[in-house]
Amino acid sequence: MEGITAIVALGILAAALGLVLGIAARSIQVEGDEVEEEIDALLPQTQCAQCGYPGCRPYAKAIAAGEADINLCAPGGDAAIRALADLLGREVKPMAHDVDPEENTIVAVVDEPRCIGCTLCIQACPVDAIIGAPRQMHTVIATECTGCKLCLPPCPVDCIDLTPVADANSKPQWTRPDVATSTI
Amino acid sequence: MNSTRIAVTPGRFHGGLKLDGHRKLATGKPIASLPLSERYYLWLEQHHGPAALPCVAVGDRILGGQIVAAQEGRPGTAIHSPTSGIVADFQDLPAPTAQMSSAHMLVIESDGEDRACHEFGAITDWENAAPESLTERIAQSGIVGLGGAVFATGAKIGRAAANVTLILNGAECEPYISCDDGLMRERADSIITGARILLRALGSKDCLVAIERDKPEAIAAMETAIRDAGDERLRLERIFSLYPAGGERQLIEALTGRQVPRGGLPQDIGLVCLNVGTAAAVGRAVCRGQPLTSRITTVTGPALVAPGNFDVRIGTPIRELVAAAGGCNDPSARLIMGGPMMGVPLQDDRVPVVKAMNCLLVLPANELSDGQNQRPCIRCGDCAEVCPARLLPQQMYWELRDERFEPAREFGLDACIECGCCDVVCPSHLPLTQYFRWGKSQLHKQFIEHERAEHARQRFEARNARLEKQKAERQARLAAKREALEKARSDSGRRAAIDEIMARKKRAADENNEPGQSE
Repeated sequence: MEGITAIVALGILAAALGLVLGIAARSIQVEGDEVEEEIDALLPQTQCAQCGYPGCRPYAKAIAAGEADINLCAPGGDAAIRALADLLGREVKPMAHDVDPEENTIVAVVDEPRCIGCTLCIQACPVDAIIGAPRQMHTVIATECTGCKLCLPPCPVDCIDLTPVADANSKPQWTRPDVATSTI
Repeated sequence: MNSTRIAVTPGRFHGGLKLDGHRKLATGKPIASLPLSERYYLWLEQHHGPAALPCVAVGDRILGGQIVAAQEGRPGTAIHSPTSGIVADFQDLPAPTAQMSSAHMLVIESDGEDRACHEFGAITDWENAAPESLTERIAQSGIVGLGGAVFATGAKIGRAAANVTLILNGAECEPYISCDDGLMRERADSIITGARILLRALGSKDCLVAIERDKPEAIAAMETAIRDAGDERLRLERIFSLYPAGGERQLIEALTGRQVPRGGLPQDIGLVCLNVGTAAAVGRAVCRGQPLTSRITTVTGPALVAPGNFDVRIGTPIRELVAAAGGCNDPSARLIMGGPMMGVPLQDDRVPVVKAMNCLLVLPANELSDGQNQRPCIRCGDCAEVCPARLLPQQMYWELRDERFEPAREFGLDACIECGCCDVVCPSHLPLTQYFRWGKSQLHKQFIEHERAEHARQRFEARNARLEKQKAERQARLAAKREALEKARSDSGRRAAIDEIMARKKRAADENNEPGQSE
């Protein structure tokens, strides 16, 4: 008799806990999209496709699916690799590309007299930062440009150059104190 | 006590240091004026916010008090010419900041006549003037906070809610600096007039003037001025003399026992805090129509022959200040803008006076740290004891040392007021404040980058959505065409089409017959 009571009691307990776990699995499940979004938030959104994917979001999706490595983002640099490693609990890896750290701060500029108005760069721009129309001169909206360089190869007359950003909002930076110059 | 008045509970703020004032050096003699300079150099970024844009061209003749540069859409930070003359040049010169090696400056060549433009008349009847007109005048006159933060005073007043309490900050806590002390001793009347104008502009009925106890002469002069004004809204409070009692948040805590919320402003707890120098500038701007073209600057330091407080025009090269203070007797001496705790080392003596320059300190090189005696942090915790912002400097230092900016922010890095107390007590002589300045500017940079990335992401997604939509529309069009074709090809479709054509032919024939009959 006691044996039956124990079996019934344990059975009920197991069923109840199973139910709770089942509901919990559904209600607090981490969606694939959420991981993807968190990864996307750490990427620099340059949309340069240097990682081999057609933009930051597709790259985030590939990382979330375990298809891509975390060291492919050239504009993000080591900081992005560290942040991704932190988020995903992976090892920090060296950058897969040769990166010039200055390249984060460039924008494209159309040399307007040379532009023939072919619209090829407009189609290539991932963030709609180039305005113009067929046979009309094109120009880059500097504040929208991410410096991804995707507009360079399609241009038939090579009239797009990259220049450093002149950002009115950027404050002058303090430097890291290696040798102290502090007062007193 | 009147209900509109804020309760004063004189106390202390957390941490702080008792420092040797060294103020007697400069307060021994009255405030002196400088002779007219040949050239004035106006820095275009000497206020909070983006750089002012020049509104004069090289070769223009200008008068003293004329606006020569202003921020677009922000009249509160206009820069006025200190004297009459010619706009001679735009030059890149060493700037009074540690963050930039040089900055663009407007050079004004004085014509020696020092004529004023009287663009703004004096508002003599300010006691009955509309508060808005007073605020507007303060903004037009380019008045910014002269305590060092250089935030536009007009904007600050415009933003304040009605019925705030005005706190006039006469607590000048940093060693060597005595420009506010000198001002209160000699020009207490203009400060009190400015305070009453500010009360009218703010719509406030309560004003606290806070002065440290170690300035008895200033307290006496201000008490007399308040009594002479006969204004019951003004009260003088003596506060404990401790560094950094002049910090806005520390002063408020010492006066009222209340804390300004982290990331918030004094307005959030019903207070507006202004420096006594700012109040005097307001008085001059309203009563005499004079924009902010000069300020009182302490020129002091053991390396100077005759230190003192000077009434200097904005834009005067600092070598003229050194000369006015009798010159420097130590060729290795260093120039510092501000005090020894928060001051900025200057590159050379061509740097001009700016609105924020409360002090020019000339220290012998042996009184400065050369950074050679740094030792590892031993986690003693002395820095946390003295931190007036109640932070854990050592913890933030450990995070920043390894470039972990986000954890440092979580430990309150953005609440650091850069007072330098932790540097002074650190037994390992670590340049903590410099780490925090660097960390704060890195956090700001990351914030800007994040905003940019978010913007780019939205545009990328909008573009993708648009391309998807266009693709779907094209496919829908193609599908509709294909369907029509299929329909025509199928038997029933063909028969229906034949019927339709026959019917159309018949109709056409009927129409042809009808006009034939009528003929």
